[in-house]
Amino acid sequence: MNAPSTAGRSAVAGPRRSTPKRWLGALVHLGALIPLGLFALDTALGRLSPDLIRDVTLRTGLAALVFLLLALAVTPVVTVTGLAVLNPLRRWLGIYAFVYAALHLSIFVAIDYGFNAALLADAVLMRPYALAGLAALAIMLPLAATSTDAMQRRLRRNWKRLHRAAYAAGLLAVVHYIWLVKVGVIDPWWYAAVLVGLFVLRLPPVRRRVSALRKRQL
Amino acid sequence: MKIRSSEITPEHVYLARPSRRAFLKLALAAAGGAGLVACAPPAAPTLVGPTPAADGQTDELGDAVNRFEDIVNYNNYYEFTTDKAGVAGLAAGFTTDPWTVEVSGLVNKPKTFGLEDIRQAFTSEERIFRLRCVEAWSMVIPWNGFSLSEILNQVEPTSDARFVKFTTVSRPEEMPGLSNPLYPWPYTEGLRLDEAMHPLTTVATGLYGRDLLPQSGAPIRLVVPWKYGFKSIKSIVKIELTAEQPATLWNTVGPSEYGFYSNVNPEVDHPRWSQASERRIGEISRRATLKFNGYETDVADLYAGLDLAANY
Repeated sequence: MNAPSTAGRSAVAGPRRSTPKRWLGALVHLGALIPLGLFALDTALGRLSPDLIRDVTLRTGLAALVFLLLALAVTPVVTVTGLAVLNPLRRWLGIYAFVYAALHLSIFVAIDYGFNAALLADAVLMRPYALAGLAALAIMLPLAATSTDAMQRRLRRNWKRLHRAAYAAGLLAVVHYIWLVKVGVIDPWWYAAVLVGLFVLRLPPVRRRVSALRKRQL
Repeated sequence: MKIRSSEITPEHVYLARPSRRAFLKLALAAAGGAGLVACAPPAAPTLVGPTPAADGQTDELGDAVNRFEDIVNYNNYYEFTTDKAGVAGLAAGFTTDPWTVEVSGLVNKPKTFGLEDIRQAFTSEERIFRLRCVEAWSMVIPWNGFSLSEILNQVEPTSDARFVKFTTVSRPEEMPGLSNPLYPWPYTEGLRLDEAMHPLTTVATGLYGRDLLPQSGAPIRLVVPWKYGFKSIKSIVKIELTAEQPATLWNTVGPSEYGFYSNVNPEVDHPRWSQASERRIGEISRRATLKFNGYETDVADLYAGLDLAANY
């Protein structure tokens, strides 16, 4: 933490992760348990779908998408609110998105298709919806792997470049969802709208204007 | 996560035998879920006759019929909602009485049937059919119904009639899904006349020996077992004989994805997903999808010489 190379940055960026609101971090970890809690609740109330495998596939996929959008929402939310204290939450939100996405794929491969190579090949190859989902996860893998402080320091400026790919993962995840519902089912479009909104807020001109507006308000 | 075979045919849980029901309650309580009993589906609706559904019912391939509560709680009925688990709740209390079905168009004797007319004029029998959804899941359902040809023979199609068009009731005040502007309501479906006259093409008014519940297409629906489920139109109010192929809802919104024929065919994929396999509700792993949903020997003749990939 106190290595000379980071000392300068700390002085600019303010206190490091240990100080900004541990309870906020705890909230993220608790939040990550919500999909499991809902699953337990629905199990207890007998509200699981008769198609149990599809049910858990959809649940984990949706959890991955929500956490990915939440991770992508941190910067825009900070732009709008000025609450820089939220910035450190992005890391774990992103990691949980990856964890749920990995679980989602595992269920698909291991339980839904029971590792049946022929069926899997038929279900994935040349199927844009499946490939989009796989691509989203493939992008999230290196992001999760480089989510540590050490990797962030090591990759320097490239780290930020690399992690911008989270938007591509978000886009692919939403497209994955859109491509697997029947025509006229609007649910995935809500997520698409959120993603577009977050992206617009991140565009430098928009971001500058919003920041300026906020500072004038204060 | 194996489903016990004792869970497959729960008709006895719902009907008649108090000792079994008491046992179920006891079992639920023992499972630590005394409160769960209150969450069980509501009491069984009236029986239309002696229940033929019994333990160990299977289709002709030896596969067990699905559980009643799975059949009535997992529905595609977009007039209510696109959420399969949400249809039953939204459809509860849907008005199915009085009900009339108009049979008209290119027929010599057009007729409007009241539900009682239909019950009296045609003898229902139990027909256990596989239902294969275009979304790649399936069920085995013990329907109660009769062949559509019996109705059609009564109205006498003219020699110009080549197709049959079906229309679902449209009642916005009871069907919140009708506010979705992306679909050309009311729901319509169609068959070639020879498909409609095939003995397997069934008009169902019940399942598991009881009147259909609203989420299953009460009070009267079509069951075309060798076609994807959306062809089996629900809550029918109109049957028209036509000379031209009628427009159908799914074919209108997605012509490249939902053909007029929509015969179950593992060799012809949906443009976005494979139709080679399916999950039988209640099972964990997938099973291979059968051509014409397993009714190939019965219906393949209808399509002799037809390119099934082009006429999907």
